[in-house]
Amino acid sequence: MIHHADRIMQMTGEHLQLALFAVLYALLAGVPIGILISRHKRLVGPVLWVVNAFQTIPALAFIGFAMIFLGLTPATGITVLFFYCLMPIVRSTYTGITSVDPAMIEAAEGMGMTRWQTLRMVQLPLALTIMLVGIRLATVIAVGSASIMSLAGAGGLGQLIFAGIDRVQTRMILAGALPAALLAIAAEFGIGALERMLTPRGLRAVKPTLRRESV
Amino acid sequence: MNEILQVLKDPQTQAMLRTQVVQHLVLSLTSVLLATLVAVPAGIWLTRHERLASPVLTVVSLVQTLPSIALLAFMIPFMGIGSAPAITALFLYALLPILRNTYTGIQGVDPAARESARGMGMTDRQMLFMVELPLAFRVIMSGIRVSTVMIIGWATLAAFVGAGGLGDMVLMGFSMVSTGHIIAGGVPVTLMALLADYGLGRLERAATPAGLRVSEGGH
Amino acid sequence: MVRFEHVSKTYAGGHKAVDDLNLEIERGEFVCFIGPSGCGKTTTMKMINRLHEPTAGTISVNGKDIMQFDPVELRRSIGYVIQQIGLFPHMTIAQNVELVPKLLGWDAARRKSRVDELMPMVGLDPEEYRDRYPKELSGGQQQRIGVIRALAAEPELILMDEPFGALDPITRESLQDELKRLQAKLKKTIVFVTHDMDEALKLADRIVIMKDGKVHQVATPDELLRHPKDEFVAQFVGRDRLAAAPELLSVSEVMIRRPVTVDPDHGLAEAVVTMKKRRVNSLLVTDENDRLLGLVTANELKNVQRGTVASVMRTSFPVTTPDARLQEAFEQMFLAHLEFLPVVDTDGILVGLVTSTTMVDALSRALWTDGEAS
Ligand SMILES: Nc1ncnc2c1ncn2[C@@H]1O[C@H](COP(=O)(O)OP(=O)(O)O)[C@@H](O)[C@H]1O
Ligand SMILES: [Mg+2]
Repeated sequence: MIHHADRIMQMTGEHLQLALFAVLYALLAGVPIGILISRHKRLVGPVLWVVNAFQTIPALAFIGFAMIFLGLTPATGITVLFFYCLMPIVRSTYTGITSVDPAMIEAAEGMGMTRWQTLRMVQLPLALTIMLVGIRLATVIAVGSASIMSLAGAGGLGQLIFAGIDRVQTRMILAGALPAALLAIAAEFGIGALERMLTPRGLRAVKPTLRRESV
Repeated sequence: MNEILQVLKDPQTQAMLRTQVVQHLVLSLTSVLLATLVAVPAGIWLTRHERLASPVLTVVSLVQTLPSIALLAFMIPFMGIGSAPAITALFLYALLPILRNTYTGIQGVDPAARESARGMGMTDRQMLFMVELPLAFRVIMSGIRVSTVMIIGWATLAAFVGAGGLGDMVLMGFSMVSTGHIIAGGVPVTLMALLADYGLGRLERAATPAGLRVSEGGH
Repeated sequence: MVRFEHVSKTYAGGHKAVDDLNLEIERGEFVCFIGPSGCGKTTTMKMINRLHEPTAGTISVNGKDIMQFDPVELRRSIGYVIQQIGLFPHMTIAQNVELVPKLLGWDAARRKSRVDELMPMVGLDPEEYRDRYPKELSGGQQQRIGVIRALAAEPELILMDEPFGALDPITRESLQDELKRLQAKLKKTIVFVTHDMDEALKLADRIVIMKDGKVHQVATPDELLRHPKDEFVAQFVGRDRLAAAPELLSVSEVMIRRPVTVDPDHGLAEAVVTMKKRRVNSLLVTDENDRLLGLVTANELKNVQRGTVASVMRTSFPVTTPDARLQEAFEQMFLAHLEFLPVVDTDGILVGLVTSTTMVDALSRALWTDGEAS
């Protein structure tokens, strides 16, 4: 059992790595896309339609399509997960940026911030709370769907599940499925905690003791 | 390219495809339909038993954290292989979005609307059918749409438990390293999911009482 | 400091928000823009720091056309305070205040000492408030920070768009007082948009009344109360406010403009006839240029039969000027036991006459309206 435990740990690592790289790439692409469409309203409809359509493509078919181009490599798995993660990230970035109080933008511009400074110092920090909701959703999707990516040779806990199906061994299926489920739950709650940590104090609920009544 | 056309033109593939499309539709629609029949009343019931809402929703969402492929595989020891275990697993998967949306949809009905219904002498039943369900309809429909699209996708995995469906064709493509088979199975199932998303989205909007329609929807 | 020359702004929709505006704002002046909603005040102000750009005409700051500035540099050199306060919620008070200095590349030590210098100016202890977040402050405290944030990089010019509009009346008044005090000390040029006439009257050196994108009247608060240009301004200033300020009424507003006069070389008999005919008991003696030379009364003429007006007229008596406050004139007359005061301009030319009757009339009318209004 000991060496099994080692193997499971290793696969859990692969699983996480797969999911996290997908989220990372989705962030690298999705945040700029979200910012872009917040500035060019004509693009909002089409872009959201496309990223939403990616999400609709069934995983097995998507893996197949990606495999045609990328073969049986971890890249195939990461690519498919990347496209699944794009929607929540693009959407939450867009929503986050467009829901920043226009007075903030006016104050920023009025005091002489460049567009880039306004984005970096005002819009993104203020959009962060909403963006984190999207990042959490993306992570949950990535961790949850990573199991199937083993089909495309991406490794991870899915390997155990598929091997278990082949040999009709419930324990083996469980050995893959339970850690995968735990990871998904951890992603959900872990990022919730991260959200609270990353929210600047000024945006959190005020502690009543801090408020002073005076003009 | 040639290879793809060859596969697609092959009458044997075509016959297989037809069966698989039907299988796929039956698998997905049956599980979503069953899930709707269970989850909508259950969601309504939860709005009447608030204390149970949170634990029940938590348990149902735990099912969702299990990798879909694992849930399907779990069914084998209990139910063997075939459509029964596949439909059971897909059904469990489809529950959450519908249950959650029914619950929040009815929860979200303006208390004023409820009160005036009460005030004009509606019974619980009349209030449910004449006020709460119509007002929550859009949210419930959107849960059904999300479930349907998701289930059409996961039904491809039913192939692993011997339930057929378009997943068979794609898996055949994997094992034969045949682009043609991957396309032959992958494209129809993708179209099916996109169409379901679009069609149910349209239905959602069309069936929304005119007074509730907003210019830009989305869920 | 700021000069508008034939400035117009037409928005994309074709709406002309500002129409051929001409105005010069002096260095150190506190100018309030006021006018009905939508008359173009905000647009006018935002054109100064190029948040909006004029579609015609030129605006210059310190003699230089603002279109020749880099807009970002221009804005950093101009303080800006908005009604919504606009403090950044994710930054501490200190970070908010030192933002423009930071954009300008001041080092941390200089920024900190600037923050510590500014906060006490609006009565906030840096030790206590520096590291708080905006939401941990009351609305009034937040806008105090908004004001010093605009002052942080020591701009000469500050733009304020209804900065106190969202505050409750008591807080608003105390911020007005503080701003007035700050301005007396710092002597900045302030362009202040408001829709509150009391605020404008209290703060402004000059008030610019706008209407339909045009400058309708520019005047000091005093002038505005005393000489509203027309019914629109009077309405805007408020009848009750005009009436409620009898102490602001000037002599010119109530004086008789064509008093009965007589030439100095006229005979006395003729003067008596004039008095009888015009039913007055005194005559003002003026030369051909209307210069006031003296005054004769019926009482004095009774005892003298011969000679010219010039030989008997009094040459020493109190006079007043058209700009004088009515109240001052009244006191002067009361102390000298007179029934009237001639009104002369700075060149000694006779322009009118106020009598005790006209004065009492005007003052009581004002007081009476005031009493009724309150
Ligand atoms: N960005 C804009 N686009 C089109 N019209 C505008 C815009 N901003 C203001 N306006 C119009 O210009 C006029 C003047 O607006 P504004 O300067 O904000 O007035 P004020 O500040 O005096 O209330 C109004 O009629 C307003 O509707
Ligand atoms: Mg305005």
